[in-house]
Amino acid sequence: MAFSNEQLERYSRHIILKEIGVKGQKRLMEGSVLIIGAGGLGSPAALYLAAAGVGRIGVADADVVEISNLQRQVIHATPDVGVPKVESARDKMNAINPDVKVETFRALVDGENVMELISRYDFIIDGTDNFGAKFLINDACVIAKKPFSHAGILRFQGQLITYVPGEGPCYRCLFPAPPPPDAIPTCSQAGVIGAMAGVIGCLQALEAVKYLARAGKLLTGVLLTYDALTMEFRRVKTPARRNCAVCGVDAAITEAVNCVAAPVCEGINI
Amino acid sequence: MKLTVGGNVKEYKEGMTVGELIEAEDVKTPMYVTVSVNDEFVESGDFASTTLNENDTVEFLYFMGGGR
Repeated sequence: MAFSNEQLERYSRHIILKEIGVKGQKRLMEGSVLIIGAGGLGSPAALYLAAAGVGRIGVADADVVEISNLQRQVIHATPDVGVPKVESARDKMNAINPDVKVETFRALVDGENVMELISRYDFIIDGTDNFGAKFLINDACVIAKKPFSHAGILRFQGQLITYVPGEGPCYRCLFPAPPPPDAIPTCSQAGVIGAMAGVIGCLQALEAVKYLARAGKLLTGVLLTYDALTMEFRRVKTPARRNCAVCGVDAAITEAVNCVAAPVCEGINI
Repeated sequence: MKLTVGGNVKEYKEGMTVGELIEAEDVKTPMYVTVSVNDEFVESGDFASTTLNENDTVEFLYFMGGGR
């Protein structure tokens, strides 16, 4: 793949970086990322990955834009209220960078479609807002041996970790099973500071870029936590669990299924 | 005894268990917290029987489900 003059200019700030260079930019342009959830985390991730020139970006979300989204979901604007999020996101991404092929999936990612969906991409970003989806994405990625970035945000806090097959723990190593519904507050119940989604979503985009361009070290085996009230980032070392139900030895979970509630999700059934 | 809990070094009572530390630290969701001691996870069923030692490093990991 040869660069056009416009591409050389567009990506000049990447190409000048010794960790990216022409080779790394080429890898980005030949790479693909799936963003599940075009919301708080997905918005900045989608914008930066499109700007970075990632060749193919999938965006999956079933919802339409609501006015309460706009405090943090920066890819959507006021005139987009009522528009499917995947369409609103695609338009902004293509406006930033027409080179990027944006593939939209206006659907809830579930046990039926997750394996097929993730199989088409090099790296997955979890930008979902519920534990059922987060465990589903984890299990699917571990089973399909796909690297992915997990993140969660709440109030003034956020955290993320990157899973790469064979290199450290998965999300289920950290948390063996989802909590029961309503045990842990959601952003709609407890609130979230808008820019938190920006900070953590951008960090997820960085992990995807680094993975594709093969630059630096990923957050494997490390949960990065961020507290906006104290402005403290912490790297918490996290081991893999030998008895993890999905990535451990003799793993009981061999199929990604919807985990709606913890008590019925401890086994492998829905 | 000195423990490093969530990155902060503090003095705790000798022979404290993980379960007692969860209480002392006023962990908001004690049923759903993940605990590591010296970079090894402690199974939640073992919280009450796991005794901490001088200079142990303890981390609490919390569920965070938001993203949208």
